[in-house]
Amino acid sequence: MTDKKNKGTDPKTYKFDTLSLHAGYQPHKNAGSRQVPIYQTTSYLFDDVDHAAALFNLERGGHIYSRISNPTVAVLEERVASLEGGTAALATSSGMSAIFLTVMTLCEAGDHLVVSSQLYGGTVNLFRLTLPKFGIKCTFVKPRDTEGFKKAIQKNTKGIFGELVGNPGNELMNMPEISKIAHEAGIPLIVDATYQTPYLCKPFEHGADIVVHSLTKWMAGHGSSMAGILVEGGKFDWMQNDKFPTMTTPYEGYHGLSFAEEFGPTAFTMKARAEGMRDFGPCLSPQNAWNVLQGIETLSVRMKKHCSNAEEMVKYLLAHESVAWVSHPSVPDHPDHELAKKLLPNGRGSMIAFGIKGGKDAGVAFINNVKLASHLANVGDTRTLVIHPASGTHSQMDEATLKFAGLSHDMIRLSVGIEDIDDIKNDFEVGFRAARKPRLVSNQ
Amino acid sequence: MKFEVNGSEVFASTGGRPFDKSKPLIIFVHGSGLTHMTWVLQTRYFAFHGYSVLAIDMPGHGLSSGKSLKSIEEMADWVSDVIDSVGYKDASLVGHSQGCLVTMECAARNPKKIKTLSLMGGAGAIPMNPELLSLAENNDPKAVDLMMDWAHGPAGHFGGHPVPGLYHINTGGMLAKSRTIKSTLGVDFRACDNYKNGFEAAKKIKIPTLSILATGDKMCPVKEGKKLADLIEGSKVEIIDNCGHMMLLEEADRVLKVLKQFIVTNFPAQKIN
Repeated sequence: MTDKKNKGTDPKTYKFDTLSLHAGYQPHKNAGSRQVPIYQTTSYLFDDVDHAAALFNLERGGHIYSRISNPTVAVLEERVASLEGGTAALATSSGMSAIFLTVMTLCEAGDHLVVSSQLYGGTVNLFRLTLPKFGIKCTFVKPRDTEGFKKAIQKNTKGIFGELVGNPGNELMNMPEISKIAHEAGIPLIVDATYQTPYLCKPFEHGADIVVHSLTKWMAGHGSSMAGILVEGGKFDWMQNDKFPTMTTPYEGYHGLSFAEEFGPTAFTMKARAEGMRDFGPCLSPQNAWNVLQGIETLSVRMKKHCSNAEEMVKYLLAHESVAWVSHPSVPDHPDHELAKKLLPNGRGSMIAFGIKGGKDAGVAFINNVKLASHLANVGDTRTLVIHPASGTHSQMDEATLKFAGLSHDMIRLSVGIEDIDDIKNDFEVGFRAARKPRLVSNQ
Repeated sequence: MKFEVNGSEVFASTGGRPFDKSKPLIIFVHGSGLTHMTWVLQTRYFAFHGYSVLAIDMPGHGLSSGKSLKSIEEMADWVSDVIDSVGYKDASLVGHSQGCLVTMECAARNPKKIKTLSLMGGAGAIPMNPELLSLAENNDPKAVDLMMDWAHGPAGHFGGHPVPGLYHINTGGMLAKSRTIKSTLGVDFRACDNYKNGFEAAKKIKIPTLSILATGDKMCPVKEGKKLADLIEGSKVEIIDNCGHMMLLEEADRVLKVLKQFIVTNFPAQKIN
């Protein structure tokens, strides 16, 4: 086992920017097409009945039906797995379906999850209201309450879930510490790293076992396509205890297959595809997969600009007379500033939360008067986006839940785009001027 | 399934079908530091087509207990003991990389017991790069990273795994890191480096033998594989182009096709043990 040419060198495996462009795709197997082809098809010819049986029995790799897998989508899956440092990935029709599929692959009725309280509003509702309908209960813990995660674990707890940087308050989960708590309990840590993308943080390096993304956001980056993905780290030992019988024992749902024995570091993804995509079917369209691939090609370039613009906006907002407070991990007095330096060395992300003086009315006036920034329910677009969570993304929460999620009525969520920074600031000035007007009127 | 060999518990994948002693036995032997999971795209086919399959985890590897065996000769005897332990008189052997040295030595030592031999990425000797050997013996994860780099061909570095969604290099790397590196990879690399009997063993082999080699294999290059094959009487050679040392995953379908043809011809499933 000698490679004379490589003596004394580091591995020559491709690095992040190269993988962003090439991973998961071999042109010579696709008519030499330099760009990834869009396989716009529902199904795939079998050579003969033996070939068909082989595919259904997982005797060999390949595609059967595009709900289960598709060649264009598979390129995206491999590309994201490679960027995250994971063993395998499964793309879905949205970030929410990636979370749902992850939970349904992990849990049975009667199981329990420990969940960070600071999450996207839709995710909160999934864990708080929808999953209990399937017999899966959740205990919410504030993201900075590391000990609270430990205390919340029960005998039937099957995992810990959280957003690395919570939406929208920018509170960080102490991922390395919480992963230790999860692993001591023999359960996996699942991290939604949508805000970071693998360019800013690779959660597997900090103890996460499964990563989920809404690819709709920074990964695709252009606000054009819905997509999600779950990625497997490959390190979690499903056989260490008896908590995951559908992973570790012959599973009636798939020809008596023991996923952990047969597929080891890719077992979770294999089960999520074989069972979850078959039975729930939240498949990603090949066109959307291709759009996301286009976005990922420029992920590094865009994230650098997103982060530098965000840092400029943080400075601008901190100095602004109309701003009551600014929350971004780059701010020195942010409670998670030091943790962010460790977990997010390439940049602290482009999500900023700030409080506008004048409360809810001022917030509404600001949102209604900015012209360049788009008021919409998305983040991670190339364009700057703003929303008032209390009346938008988190509007389905009652007062108590809003407070528990760390939200306030004066909060504006800003997703900084990659426009010229001066134009973003000028637009905000228009918004702030309008926000000051109602108060002047009411004072008269 | 789990069974005992010389008092230690051994794990072997049966390819997704129950182990059935009425069917001919094929044993798959993995490479250095790896596990039974490297064979998933070959074993399941044979298990579903009339064979009993054991993709074994060598002692101290994967899900098998015990300590890693320190020499290729010990490993060869252990594989022979596996055949006895599961109540068979003979078997067909398939090996990858280090598994080729083990199966070849086993076949040379047990001419009546081993019916066919299939070698993937094999050579008569596998001398180790001193730096790689030292890293592995010192439990340095860089040993795994270097092995994954050198083990995959140019195309494999980009990905394109036959199973949708799986990424070659990270999956292989995770398999090699599933147990302590120095106690698996370190011991295996030293065993490969110390083994000097490959060419002599090859000369003794008189059973049908297939060598599958890959044009992009930097670890056991085609010329080394051919040198070995030339010493085995009647040996058949198949070359897979645009592929590296991890041919059993990088080009799983092409490898299965030639393996299938060879085994079905020389060790037919209807044969009753």
